[in-house]
Amino acid sequence: MTTKFTPDHEYIRIEGDTGIVGITQFAQEQLGDIVFIELPAIGKVLKKGDEAAVVESVKAASEIYAPVSGTVSEVNAALSTEPGLVNADPEAGGWMFKLTLADVTETETLLDDAAYADLTK
Amino acid sequence: MSPTSPRVFMAEPESQDLKQTPLYARHVAAGGRMVAFGGYALPVQYPPGIMAEHKWTREHAGLFDVSHMGPCFLMLNERSGDADRDHAAIAAVLEPLVCGDIAGLPPGKIRYTLLLNEGGGIEDDLMVARPPTGKEGGLFIVVNAATKDVDFARMSEAAGQVARLQRADRGALLALQGPEAAAVLARLVPETADLAFMEYGLYDWNGIGLSVSRSGYTGEDGFEIRCYAEHAETLWDALLADDRVKPIGLGARDSLRLEAGLPLYGHDLDLTTSPVEADLGFAISKRRREAADFPGAARILAERSEGPKRKRVGLIVEGAPAREGAAILDADGAPIGIVTSGGFAPTLGKAIALGFVPPDFAQAETVLQVSVRGRPQPARVVPTPFVPHRYHRKTA
Repeated sequence: MTTKFTPDHEYIRIEGDTGIVGITQFAQEQLGDIVFIELPAIGKVLKKGDEAAVVESVKAASEIYAPVSGTVSEVNAALSTEPGLVNADPEAGGWMFKLTLADVTETETLLDDAAYADLTK
Repeated sequence: MSPTSPRVFMAEPESQDLKQTPLYARHVAAGGRMVAFGGYALPVQYPPGIMAEHKWTREHAGLFDVSHMGPCFLMLNERSGDADRDHAAIAAVLEPLVCGDIAGLPPGKIRYTLLLNEGGGIEDDLMVARPPTGKEGGLFIVVNAATKDVDFARMSEAAGQVARLQRADRGALLALQGPEAAAVLARLVPETADLAFMEYGLYDWNGIGLSVSRSGYTGEDGFEIRCYAEHAETLWDALLADDRVKPIGLGARDSLRLEAGLPLYGHDLDLTTSPVEADLGFAISKRRREAADFPGAARILAERSEGPKRKRVGLIVEGAPAREGAAILDADGAPIGIVTSGGFAPTLGKAIALGFVPPDFAQAETVLQVSVRGRPQPARVVPTPFVPHRYHRKTA
């Protein structure tokens, strides 16, 4: 199991051919209190970089992009009643959606832990 | 994820030559996230975040740096020494630009009024105070940050040879807002307890001159306090030394004013919006209305009797917040208006918005929709304020 990152502050945790997507600790701190999350429909086919979800803070809406290509297989339904989970626990309980990866090798283009840490330093 | 911090507050390009208020170092030291706003570097939030800061202000007292605003003095060049005659003379300078009764302001009182253009559109909204007894012959005026240079030029021109405009925006302007604001300020300056909503006084605090208005932009009781720049940090620190007070950023200032149903110039009001459309008819005084002697009187008075083409309303939105620019649709999905301010209301735990719709759709409880990212969401018209005002009004 590895976790990769985008320069736009999404993470994707890869478990076999499934990727679990959310936003990083850094991103949730930047956004502040999250009050509403719009999640993709299950079955939606996304290309890398497509808009996948929208996170609303008190002040603004921010788009979440698909880190890699794939099909949405599951969404975190808890976020519809408790969007603050993304603030409290972004990289575990605050995950947003799961993708069945179209091409596992695509994840190699993403940032690893060290490279992402470097970006947000 | 996109965007990160800069667009979290109102979009404004990054700039190298942002002005700093006298409290800039205090904001940075307190961990304020500085953003560009009205040409100034100001904190959008401190570490607790917009939600916590908003709620703190509603429950205790929030301290805001609003030194970017445009305070100024409009002063007679020559005073007669007769208080009423001097006030009448300075009021006569300002009145041709606004729709309020400035001549009728008693000493120490403040009036909310509007700078209008000949088309009846709003150039700015502003506060005008008549100084307390003994200090007549001038007006203390506060205009908006983004419009202040234009406003000051307009008022200077109107002053002609009779009066002069003196900018006062190099100093500090602090807002202390919330149910505990009065008790906090009374600990420093006990006499401020005597002020009622929309009253104004001049006070001495340990040798530091303070001009204090009982007013604000949150819907709560509170004060706006002006002092010279060199005293700003002393005053800021003294207010924050009271543990009922926390510093509050621009983000919560915006969510607080939105809940209070207070329009924001440049968003809910602009050069095309009339006071009647904007539901600010109360700002047109009876005397001025009867005399029809203010800019744009023809349009504005016609709208008063025949109704405007559009009206500002409050909306409660189900689901994602509808932001500025979102289309307002009727129940069948036809576009009828536009959201001019929108966001999440921390006090209510739901999305709210201000926007303009034709009068037929402006009745409370009218069922409408808003288009968010191309999808319609239910919305309904509600009376404003969304959260009741808690001003300290004087009981007769």
